[in-house]
Amino acid sequence: MKEKVQEIVARYDRDKSFLIPILQDVQKAFNYLPQDVLKAVSEELGVSISQVFEVCTFYKAFSLTPRGKHQLSLCLGTACHVRGAPLIGEHMERTLGLKAGETSPDLEYTYETVNCLGACALGPILVVDGEYQGNMTIAKTNKLFKKLGKKVETDEED
Amino acid sequence: MKKIKSPDELLSLQEKIRSSRDPKKPCITICAGTGCLAYGTQKLIDGFKSEIEKRNLTDTIDVRTSGCHGFCERGPLVVIHPQKIFYQRVGLGDAAEIIEKTVLGGEVLDRLTYRDPVSKEKILCENEVPFYKKQMRLVFGMNGQIDPTSLDDYLAIGGYSALTKVLKGVSPEAVIEEIIKANLRGRGGGGFPTGWKWDATRKAKGSPKYVICNADEGDPGAYMDRSLLEGNPHSVLEGMLIGAYAIGSNLGYIYVRNEYPLAVKNVGIAIESCREAGLLGEGILGTDFDFDLKINRGGGAFVCGESSALFASIEGRTGEPRAKYVHATDRGLWDKPTNLNNVETWANVPLIINKGADWYASIGTENSKGTKIFSLVGKINNTGLVEVPMGIPLREIVYEIGGGIPQGRKFKAVQTGGPSGGCIPEQYLDMPVDFDELTKLGSMMGSGGMIVMDDRNCMVDVARYFLKFLEEESCGKCTPCREGVKQMRMILDRITEGKGQLEDLDTLEWMGQAIIDGSLCALGGSAPNPVLTTLRYFRDEYEAHIRDHRCPAGVCKALITYQIDPETCTGCQLCSRVCPTGAVKGEKKQVHLIDMEACIKCGACFESCKFDAVKVQ
Repeated sequence: MKEKVQEIVARYDRDKSFLIPILQDVQKAFNYLPQDVLKAVSEELGVSISQVFEVCTFYKAFSLTPRGKHQLSLCLGTACHVRGAPLIGEHMERTLGLKAGETSPDLEYTYETVNCLGACALGPILVVDGEYQGNMTIAKTNKLFKKLGKKVETDEED
Repeated sequence: MKKIKSPDELLSLQEKIRSSRDPKKPCITICAGTGCLAYGTQKLIDGFKSEIEKRNLTDTIDVRTSGCHGFCERGPLVVIHPQKIFYQRVGLGDAAEIIEKTVLGGEVLDRLTYRDPVSKEKILCENEVPFYKKQMRLVFGMNGQIDPTSLDDYLAIGGYSALTKVLKGVSPEAVIEEIIKANLRGRGGGGFPTGWKWDATRKAKGSPKYVICNADEGDPGAYMDRSLLEGNPHSVLEGMLIGAYAIGSNLGYIYVRNEYPLAVKNVGIAIESCREAGLLGEGILGTDFDFDLKINRGGGAFVCGESSALFASIEGRTGEPRAKYVHATDRGLWDKPTNLNNVETWANVPLIINKGADWYASIGTENSKGTKIFSLVGKINNTGLVEVPMGIPLREIVYEIGGGIPQGRKFKAVQTGGPSGGCIPEQYLDMPVDFDELTKLGSMMGSGGMIVMDDRNCMVDVARYFLKFLEEESCGKCTPCREGVKQMRMILDRITEGKGQLEDLDTLEWMGQAIIDGSLCALGGSAPNPVLTTLRYFRDEYEAHIRDHRCPAGVCKALITYQIDPETCTGCQLCSRVCPTGAVKGEKKQVHLIDMEACIKCGACFESCKFDAVKVQ
């Protein structure tokens, strides 16, 4: 673990001003930001742990808890909002039993909302494991869930 | 690429690249902006490449993956040169046929050409499409012609000419004079005159001095900065180099949203190739001008688009703004003189230097010069990025470029300026769009988002949406913004639930004013705008929620019911299948009914019905 952190910090010449990008890379490497890893970042960079923690909790991009195998991000930008994204969001929360920002206990799914992906022509957009799914409807969401192996409670047979 | 040792060498290199390229050689240009990629364009690109290899045509046909062309609605977009044949909604399996019939055979494929939705006429060339025809694509137009990862491509279209011109003997003061004369105003939202900002930073005491590109495009519904950085990163770098030269800075930062991975990647490639070519680093183009750039990725906080919060974020701290009695031009990043401009502002700079301030100032209105890129989104037929001269009437943008509202529905409002902006109703559609006119209407230019809404959008819901957004994004430092926005949102919650009172509207108005007066930064200072403008123009809609417990647009859940019209229901069972609670009941080919007790108003039946038989009341 320590080597990995050292390597990432070295990538930025141990420059304290790159704390945020460093944490982003660290999160990418470890899936989330575990406590001991944050301590290592603080030591390597010479930034107090309280500052590291402050930054991690201020910015939306960071997660202090493990993230799921499948990442589902629903765009809630204005264009998606006026095209009905909130209805999709409620459906997602209902089906997954998760609120936005939560991960399922079996670590299968993390569901979050984002503020605009800038692909407004395709709104509402759901990003499933990095892949953009445009013009989402509730029916399309159900199909996606089935593909991911999630049971959906509808009468739909096919 | 070898280091370019002088400005003249750069000019001859441009010429060399140009003359080595045959303008008649067939070239397939594929839009690879984020919008088109989201349609799955990568498969199409791979398809073209493998097809060309298979046919041993790599020397006869060029394939260029370009940045965003702007017409996202019709993606994936492909343009075939030299004839400039414009294909839209290209299927992922169309590559072979396009090569066979169009590139080699000269035949135009009917099904891929654009058809004018009004005249039904077929349109062959990109620039003849009404969406593009009305635009003035000075800053954004190059996107479609170059591969953003290729410095050669940028040089071939005359890239870095403005930088050479400056380095060959224009004094920093004269550069600033030119920008002041052009009256370029900041495109990020504030509209502050760029030249004056440069001048103040140049004259400020202290060193080093920093230049920063603000690419923290957080306004939901605006994505022009992303498309510029993705599609033409060198134009932004060239602007920054000229700015740094004029101001006397040797180090710059590009602060970009991490949610824009392609922009981060392409601008990173551009910086690397500039370093290699001697366009960044020490002794740029053999002169004594040194400048380098670093990329800083944001952490996903809207408030970091605010200058002082952005500096804090680059310094590795939480993005909390500070009071601005000392200007950033005096004490910005690390308390040193700092000049911050937005992506689009920087990209305008080379244009002004190349063509002159007088030419630039001839475009636009009295106090707003040049063009502005808007992202036209929401309930509009032609979603996309449009670049228009300042002063163009809003109606032309919505109806002529945007092609009007889908399904012939009624236009209700256009929201400009992002969460800090406001909603403009139909009676002001003929108003010219520039910085000052939008402000007069209670809205603002902002970064250029334009969200079109139709009669099925509830203005109270939209106002609540923006407040909720800002409540979440408020950094929490000052009380008016942290507590006030929350209180306003709670009042709007009540109204949308049918529990509002008429006095609430007065409370919203005075509280909004108090937040504007008392907030520390522009986020709080403009947060009440969406509420105040909708109250100004759509007060009747608020009153309908309060007095009649009715949502005229059929959006606010607590106030609506879904019902099935027995006349139009065909009993196709689509709705009963998607209903998550089994509330929709009915036999096949029989009229269906919704059980109000079980209905959770999720809207699934409404959305799935192909016959408009599910009605909202």
